[in-house]
Amino acid sequence: MGKTVAEKIFDAHHVDNPSGDIHVIRLDAVFCHEITTPSAINDLVERGKDRVFDPDKIKAVIDHVTPAKDSKTATQGKILRDWAKRHNIKDFFDVGKNGVCHALFPEKGFVRPGYTIIMGDSHTCTHGAFGAFAAGVGTTDLEVGILKGVCAFHYPKSIRIHISGRLREGVYSKDLILAIIGKIGVNGATNKIIEFSGAVVDGMSMEERMTLCNMAIEAGATCGICYPDMTTVNYLWDFIKDEYGSKDEAMKAFNAFHPDPDAVYDDVIRFEAASLEPQVTFGYRPDQVKAVADMEGEKIDQVYIGSCTNGRIEDLRAAAEELKGKTVHPHVRGIVSPATPAIFKNALEEGIVKLFLDAGFCVTNPTCGACLGMSNGVLAEGEVCASTTNRNFNGRMGKGGMVHLMSPATAAASAVAGHITNSSLYSNSGGKE
Amino acid sequence: MKRFSGRVLFLDRSDINTDEIIPAKYLTEVSRDALQPYLLEDLNLEEFDPSTDLDNKNVVVTRSNFGCGSSREHAPWAFEVNGFHLIIAESFARIFRQNMFNCGMLAVTLPSETIDRLFREFSGKDTTIETDLESKRFLVSSPDQHMEVDFDISDFDEALVKSGGWLEYADANY
Repeated sequence: MGKTVAEKIFDAHHVDNPSGDIHVIRLDAVFCHEITTPSAINDLVERGKDRVFDPDKIKAVIDHVTPAKDSKTATQGKILRDWAKRHNIKDFFDVGKNGVCHALFPEKGFVRPGYTIIMGDSHTCTHGAFGAFAAGVGTTDLEVGILKGVCAFHYPKSIRIHISGRLREGVYSKDLILAIIGKIGVNGATNKIIEFSGAVVDGMSMEERMTLCNMAIEAGATCGICYPDMTTVNYLWDFIKDEYGSKDEAMKAFNAFHPDPDAVYDDVIRFEAASLEPQVTFGYRPDQVKAVADMEGEKIDQVYIGSCTNGRIEDLRAAAEELKGKTVHPHVRGIVSPATPAIFKNALEEGIVKLFLDAGFCVTNPTCGACLGMSNGVLAEGEVCASTTNRNFNGRMGKGGMVHLMSPATAAASAVAGHITNSSLYSNSGGKE
Repeated sequence: MKRFSGRVLFLDRSDINTDEIIPAKYLTEVSRDALQPYLLEDLNLEEFDPSTDLDNKNVVVTRSNFGCGSSREHAPWAFEVNGFHLIIAESFARIFRQNMFNCGMLAVTLPSETIDRLFREFSGKDTTIETDLESKRFLVSSPDQHMEVDFDISDFDEALVKSGGWLEYADANY
């Protein structure tokens, strides 16, 4: 019987099968940030087990609240910083070098096809974009990962979402994943891996694939996976060129992480991209999705462009394209947070930062900040935010606030209009208003 | 091993997420006890008042996809420090469920018909659930009614609960 990508990765990392379908697997990387790791560190210290399984396989960043906003967040940063230092964790990213973990770690070349990765962060599923198995876990799983380099999972069941056709101009990976979640529901892939396949995914950049896989968790999935191809090889080339003689050789090695033709899936869902319009959420669940055209006119108080979903350079480019020569509506606060220092620098060099500033946006340093109502743009009771983030849960960006999830282009257009509206990038392409 | 019995809090909604269980702004706390006052602070459920409805309750009965969203173990911890060690639902989000067992707590799935029946016949009454982990049976009691409900958890989950959690188990085995 053929195997799915996740099955191949699990079999290559097998440590133990303690009972039933529980498999303990060896980890290639354990990612850490300052919100969920300090409790694990403190607990290990208290137990007299302040050790790490392999300092080179642990990558750590202060990203959720940075620079620290108060004594508590300063303490969390300090616990992580001190720990990284005493265990000689060289890949630790502090103020000035830090950015949103799921944008920063791929950029640093820490993710490879076939890897197993855990992190105390639900959006760890993002890294599946590289053909890896990457899963969000709680602090206890993280703690065991740090100490032993293993984690337990049910043997993976996969569904395959095959996306054919071609996205229209002004319709993005974000619109696609919102539509998919709208179709399968917030519980549609719980305890399962989603393999994304088809012409649309094949044609995507790594950034777009990361946006796609990032929100797999919003359908309950353990991980979203894209098949490694030449796009993956090109993205990683600077980091892997010493390992492989040529790109073709790397591709050949990565082909091991494609599914077998007779792999068995729990479900295969076919999705046609050609008729897809820009999407936006309503309500408090990420599967409450409709066409932007059907939400046209909904008033907003704030626009937030950033996060591990849509804070990458392509996202900023799309938003900037829409903002060119326009200004933010007087009733709207526009906030943009490039997800990493490198993205920030690119945006500066490309003139994108100036475009945002000219339009009246506030440009913040890279941080998770407002996405989860931590800092840099928390909503007041009754306020509405058009956001490129991943969760519209009740109170997510601030108690009593409402969040509408959308693409960067739609968010930028909405910032100018003062209400939710389609971007000109879509409207001018012949898409219906 | 923790205690898995007590008075029941019924939460009649699906997809209750981790931001509702414990808002992110409290994740700056490093101690579990500090989470105690904030459990379910942002729960979007009519007539639910976290300042009174949690009092003297130790068990949650709820609907599907409980604990969806963030990976924060602060969600099970917030229940733990409020004396809740057992959550019964039609289904759970993966990470939340794993976090419960990793902490040596019980997250038990029951068929939707059983959950419906619990809500229909016990919600709104002073209900207690006694858990017999050996025979895998709940005794559900209200002043006018008793009901026995069999449940199932995997051997691995049971081992986690009995050893106190995943850290203890992994440390002993790997």
